[in-house]
Amino acid sequence: MAHDTHATAHGHDAHDDHKPHGWRRWVLATNHKDIGTMYLVFAGTMFFIGGIMAMVIRAELFKPGLQFVDPMFFNSMTTMHALFMIFGAVMPAWTGLANWQIPLQIGAPDMALPRLNNFSFWILPFAFTILLATLFVPGGGPAGGWTLYPPLVLQTGDAFPMVIFAIHLMGVSSILGAVNVIVTIMNMRAPGMSLLRMPLFVWSWLITAYLLIAVMPVLAGAVTMLLTDHFFGTTFFTAAGGGDPVMFQHIFWFFGHPEVYILILPAFGVVSEIIPAFARKPIFGYEAMVYAIASIAFLSFIVWAHHMFTVGMPLAGQLFFMLSTMLIAIPTGVKVFNWTATMWKGSMSFETPMLFALAFLFLFTIGGFSGLMLAIVPADFQYHDTYFVVAHFHYVLVPGAVFSILAAVYYWLPKWTSRMYDETLAKWHFWLSAIFVNILFFPQHFLGLAGMPRRIPDYATQFTDWNMISSIGAFGFGLSQILFPIIVIKCIRSGAPAPAKAWEGAHGLEWELPSPLPYHTWETPPSPEVIARGAEH
Amino acid sequence: MTRGVTQISREIYDLHMLILWVCVVIGVVVFGVMIWSIIKFRKSQGAVADTTLVHNTKVEIIWTAIPIAILVAMAVPAAKTLVQIEDTRNTELTIKVTGYQWGWQYDYLEGGVSFFSRLDRESDAARQLASGADPYKIEHYLLNVDKPLVVPADTKVRLLVTAADVIHSWWVPAFGMKKDAIPGYVNEMWFKVDADKAGLYRGQCVELCGRDHGFMPIVVDVRSKEDFEAWQKSTAEAQKQAAAPQQPATVPAAG
Repeated sequence: MAHDTHATAHGHDAHDDHKPHGWRRWVLATNHKDIGTMYLVFAGTMFFIGGIMAMVIRAELFKPGLQFVDPMFFNSMTTMHALFMIFGAVMPAWTGLANWQIPLQIGAPDMALPRLNNFSFWILPFAFTILLATLFVPGGGPAGGWTLYPPLVLQTGDAFPMVIFAIHLMGVSSILGAVNVIVTIMNMRAPGMSLLRMPLFVWSWLITAYLLIAVMPVLAGAVTMLLTDHFFGTTFFTAAGGGDPVMFQHIFWFFGHPEVYILILPAFGVVSEIIPAFARKPIFGYEAMVYAIASIAFLSFIVWAHHMFTVGMPLAGQLFFMLSTMLIAIPTGVKVFNWTATMWKGSMSFETPMLFALAFLFLFTIGGFSGLMLAIVPADFQYHDTYFVVAHFHYVLVPGAVFSILAAVYYWLPKWTSRMYDETLAKWHFWLSAIFVNILFFPQHFLGLAGMPRRIPDYATQFTDWNMISSIGAFGFGLSQILFPIIVIKCIRSGAPAPAKAWEGAHGLEWELPSPLPYHTWETPPSPEVIARGAEH
Repeated sequence: MTRGVTQISREIYDLHMLILWVCVVIGVVVFGVMIWSIIKFRKSQGAVADTTLVHNTKVEIIWTAIPIAILVAMAVPAAKTLVQIEDTRNTELTIKVTGYQWGWQYDYLEGGVSFFSRLDRESDAARQLASGADPYKIEHYLLNVDKPLVVPADTKVRLLVTAADVIHSWWVPAFGMKKDAIPGYVNEMWFKVDADKAGLYRGQCVELCGRDHGFMPIVVDVRSKEDFEAWQKSTAEAQKQAAAPQQPATVPAAG
């Protein structure tokens, strides 16, 4: 089992500091490294489950005609694929990275609330077991889209209360995790580690944590209203009872838009660490990067209705949300320019973390361009609910968030395990992923522009060619991901020993720690000299 | 995307091409600098990092100001087109569109015509799971209906869009307009097909509405004004006849 290999990887400490063994180490974990590992293993598992759902979708869409699945099951695949990827893979992966890295990077011995940390993690396997079980109850899994719009979602069968409960559980996990992050960063930075000296990954998580606390309760409110509409005779979203289906959309997207920034801001943090490390040059415009993340987070609260331009919004609303959405391009552009300027006149080497970070830079920017196009309301009338939108968000989420997560794992794995991963295999993983992800998603722009709607299991024959290419990309991309757990396990089992500073250009307190990494670190805070050497400026 | 057959669809097409080219140009410049950096500033080629290059206020101001200018330049024509789209005055014909699971009800409010439009039977049979049918052998597979919506060209047609059960959305790409069909709401949209663009135009439901969301297409039969008047009159008459109560063959005389 993966847990056991992790147990042996941490080695035998010179001073065996009450490290628990066996199942207790994991079920009762309070160590940020162990909890971080559990989050990452969980996220990886959910990524594969969500990935299999995507394979079902792309297999059905390979050719016109319905070959494999009933349309209802297809709809439940699209719904569950999104729920698993967003709430099961990306968010827990970022939380795992936060758990591992924040204490190491700010000079703290652990997270501020270790038992709360344990609880936050263990909610998740419970919640996702419930969610996965919905596929096996009468009526099947939820099939109204991950956006859960009423009235359609109220037609869900027995799965309905299970889905709502699972979402509530995931929300509690996220909120408690966010509280832990904020309290840790605000209270446990080593002396001398001022806020504007923190690594950008820590900054990105600080701001992400505030977003989480602000909007996860909003989602909870929205799904609770769905629950009472379904079971307790309320009519929040039923017109016949004086309610409003569109109000759900407002509430959902008030959560939903900051949510997508929750999915990407830590990626900005990771890339802001990796590019300087491999360019051997400090990040260009550190303060601007901090302000840009903060501006993006602030703006994310006032753009939500750009997901709703076709509901019948008054002109003033459409204009406001168009302009506020276009505005987000400015701080995002500043970040892209700063990353590029970091590369300019650097001295770059292209190990796997850098490759994934550079792929992020290119491909996330493409996703940003399609986002800008979507902001133009009259044009959006042609893009909305088509594959153009699907292409946009997959570009920002897959080569965006997922590639950054992969980059982060490759970057910090030598620190966590004190072993190097196989660089050749990793480069194979990178190139296969980077090529196939484009074959998978770029044609979807054309499908959307040609008029193919979203969330359909079958299509008119003029859409065949691009669908076929996209599906081939999907199979290639999916298969390529199998390399990743192989590489990680191989690293843990038999990787070459890694030095404390695994990368020549790396800066940050984590690289000041010895290799192998002790089970407890920074029990004595780093000295001012160490901070000066390791800290971002 | 095509230019479409309405003034609005053409404006939308132009906006789309404008923003697309803006993004392409920005992309070429930014990716160009990135690729140049990757080629020129490699450690393996002996590049030495200039670790003092961490600020440049002038450049930072420029690359904030220029994007703002570009966005303003985009927002102006976009707002203009949006104002036109939202101008629902002076419409000449009103049709109520109701989305159902899984088809469209069309009611010509002044014309007395009313019918339900559903996926054509041939497509419907072929799309069943593992039917073995070849979609390529079916004309306009999944984009054909039994009774198309008939409208006149060169006429500002107003659609009042609503739904009977869940949220649907009515979209014909060639017209450039899309509107959600929401139970409890009556949404307004309009289109005016060019005078010389009579013909059949196809679209689909674009809001997930359940199992057969992908199988409730839209076909609009755009005819000349005269043809449309004739069609509306005869169809209304036929519908009235069909709905009329049964009369006995003879009326017995009194007395």
